[in-house]
Amino acid sequence: MNPQIRRLFFVLVTLFVAVIGMSTWWLWKAPDLEARRGNPTLLVKQLTIERGRIFAADGKTVFARNRKVKQKSLGRTWFLRVYPQRRLVAHPVGYSTIERSRTGLEKSLNDFLTGSNANLDTVLDNALDKLKGLTQKGNDVVTTINARAQRVAMDALGGKCGAAVALEPSTGRVLVLASQPSFDPNLVEGHFNQILRTKAACGSASPLLDRATQGRFIPGSTFKVVTAAAALDTGRFTPSSRFDDPGYCIEYGKRVSNFADQSGPEVFGNVSFTQAMEHSINAVFCNIGKKLGPTVVLDYAQRFGFYEEPPIELPSEEVAPSGLYRRNRLYLPRDPNQVDPGRLAFGQERLLATPLQMALVAAGIGNDGIVMQPTLVDRIVAPDGKVIERSNPKEWKEAIKPRTAAELTAMMRAVVESGTGTAAQISGVPVAGKTGTAETGVSGRNDTWFIAFAPADRPRVAVAVALSGQSGTGGATAAPIAKAIIEALLKRNP
Amino acid sequence: MALYVAAHLVVRVALPLADPYLLPLSGVLTGLGLTMIYRIDPDLAFRQGLWVVIGLAAFAALVLFLKDYRTLDQVKYILGLAAIFLLALPAVPGLGRTINGASLWVGVGPVVFQPGEFAKVLLVVFLAGYLRDNREMLSMGSGRYGLPSLKHFGPLLIIWGGAMLVLFQTNDLGGGLLYFSIFLAMLWVATARWAYVAVGGLLFAAGAYALYHVTPHVQDRVAIWLDCSWTVSNACPVYTEGYQLAQSIYAISGGGLFGQGLGEGVLISPEGHTYIPFLSTDFIFAAIAQELGLAGAAALVLLYVVFLYRGFRIALMADDGFSKLLAVGLTSALAIQAFIITAGVTGLIPLTGITLPYVSYGGSSIVANFLIVGLLLMVSNHVNRERS
Repeated sequence: MNPQIRRLFFVLVTLFVAVIGMSTWWLWKAPDLEARRGNPTLLVKQLTIERGRIFAADGKTVFARNRKVKQKSLGRTWFLRVYPQRRLVAHPVGYSTIERSRTGLEKSLNDFLTGSNANLDTVLDNALDKLKGLTQKGNDVVTTINARAQRVAMDALGGKCGAAVALEPSTGRVLVLASQPSFDPNLVEGHFNQILRTKAACGSASPLLDRATQGRFIPGSTFKVVTAAAALDTGRFTPSSRFDDPGYCIEYGKRVSNFADQSGPEVFGNVSFTQAMEHSINAVFCNIGKKLGPTVVLDYAQRFGFYEEPPIELPSEEVAPSGLYRRNRLYLPRDPNQVDPGRLAFGQERLLATPLQMALVAAGIGNDGIVMQPTLVDRIVAPDGKVIERSNPKEWKEAIKPRTAAELTAMMRAVVESGTGTAAQISGVPVAGKTGTAETGVSGRNDTWFIAFAPADRPRVAVAVALSGQSGTGGATAAPIAKAIIEALLKRNP
Repeated sequence: MALYVAAHLVVRVALPLADPYLLPLSGVLTGLGLTMIYRIDPDLAFRQGLWVVIGLAAFAALVLFLKDYRTLDQVKYILGLAAIFLLALPAVPGLGRTINGASLWVGVGPVVFQPGEFAKVLLVVFLAGYLRDNREMLSMGSGRYGLPSLKHFGPLLIIWGGAMLVLFQTNDLGGGLLYFSIFLAMLWVATARWAYVAVGGLLFAAGAYALYHVTPHVQDRVAIWLDCSWTVSNACPVYTEGYQLAQSIYAISGGGLFGQGLGEGVLISPEGHTYIPFLSTDFIFAAIAQELGLAGAAALVLLYVVFLYRGFRIALMADDGFSKLLAVGLTSALAIQAFIITAGVTGLIPLTGITLPYVSYGGSSIVANFLIVGLLLMVSNHVNRERS
């Protein structure tokens, strides 16, 4: 029996070696597994760090703070997140939980918030804290979000599916980043089902979706601003160029009609370019698009930032690029014949844009043609109060010439003064804007828009509001919301 | 600690020639287990401590009162039947307790125990005795086609078949795999016939296949294993059925080479529950890998290998068949059990819940495994006395 016993010994030892091999394999895979769904390792380790708080632009309103939990058996203290503003800034601020990992700034600024950034001061502080046996503290983040205007935007969007973005044109600072339906980030841990049960007026509520940065809406007539920018900047047209509007435009031998009300498509006759913008005449823009060709129009769209994720401090997966989409994927046609230039010119033709992108378009026009890099972070402050990072305004895109920007501003002022966007008029403040009412193919389910900047002569605010599932026009549904946000932002702080 | 010294003294006095490594080895394993359990749940560690005391008492009683273990040989059929009886106990209405889908426990008043652990020891004793008596017949093959006659193989098949039936009925797959492996290992050692291993393997495969189609429980386990092992693929249901295995893998992989340190590992959530369910019983290996790292896990496995080596050494040196088969059987039982659970929690094989000998929390397991050491030491003492 002895030979068998010896062999059995080797068989069993081999099995044990296999177990160690498997454990070694997992060790080797550890970097890959650490960020995997449901893995608490990293998250829990970071829960022992007193995470930095997140503030509104005023530096006082708290968006995220900590709750201490003492675990008696181990003498360990955990820091769990509390979001006092609940639904208000759920999307940009995001959440940091054990069960569902992180989103928003809580994710993208995690290194700063946990104090694990490679900044020299922070590294030294942490080393000292560790030596002294103190709790490691993270850095505070002060955002650029104006809490009051954010609340105005969220209230105005309440009950709808849509988003609003407000920027400071000269700096790119994001003042409002609102998306509805929203969720209470305090419920993510433990009560996630409650969030999933959120109901909304549109098809699917998707409360976790940040419609401001990821929501892809059909830009419709707001895109006429980009077409007009191309038309003017290339020198092919001027604001006083004349057009004949028969109420439709002929493409591929078919009629493309103007916006229709009960009495049928509107017909304006002989109009100037400015008037065509003022009344958002599709037939005119259709013909401009045909003359310019889709390549030029798409080139100008790219100059405003289309086809790129706007470089905002949010996690990349929470920011979507704008542009033409085919089979749910962004595509830039090489062959101009693949695109219908007329429908592209007034923002249909599979074109999709995020509210953030359209706000950047408005801000670019309001900033003499230069699009500033959007930023959500004002400063990052170390626990001792020292500012370790301050965001400086950076140029992102040189979209159009200052002269073109001025001409476009005048045309957009006409829209609010006497055109489709009169609902956005503010007494004493000149507003430049553009409406959009995009058909989704289902009647009564339009994507409606309003983009604007104000004061038009010296812009301090640029806004984009987008709503889905609307039966009214952009001028009737989105413009009043944009107006409320502009008013809230222009009001002097008491 | 003092108890171990006492137990060690008992051994030295009663069995002066016994292997000097086995008891300390099991002591180190138990100590490691106690430390880990204390870190997870101090109250549970206290209870485990009580079980260790009871286990050591049972061990001392066995060593002191059973003068000659070879008397067990004479009552092997009774022991075999007793094993079946014990295995069937949980199926008795009113007595059986079902915990986590497996009906393995028997409750009498407040005392709950797992008779399967003791049945394991009895089965090994029975097999050792039976195979010793019939090994010539079985290895030669007296019937037609070189097959052993039903007369010699029959009782073995009946006892074993009964055991398997009971196991499947109680839904204890880990146990089934364990008993079957012990059976095959002992049969092969006794007869040196690969055919038995092959036929046994086929039988097991067929049984497993049938079971796979009959019980959804098994299908789930296998599906989870396929989805979660190797890469923890996106198909792995990490929040539902695959939670245990995924968490176990995360804990093992997160431990690194030297671990997070005792008490420093990510095992208990701020709400106070363990991330891995059954952490102190089935999944204690994952806890050790998390806190003591690959080095700690490898050291633990090495302890089992040393145990295996010492146990098999006793078998190699023994003169009589019964002693040889008993030592091989008891040692393999321990080693195979350790393999099945460590391989399960690392995702090497589909997960089946059994205890890690000496380390996991579990009263029946501790007591039964101390009886195994006791028997091994008695065999060792006898073997060495014969030699000197």
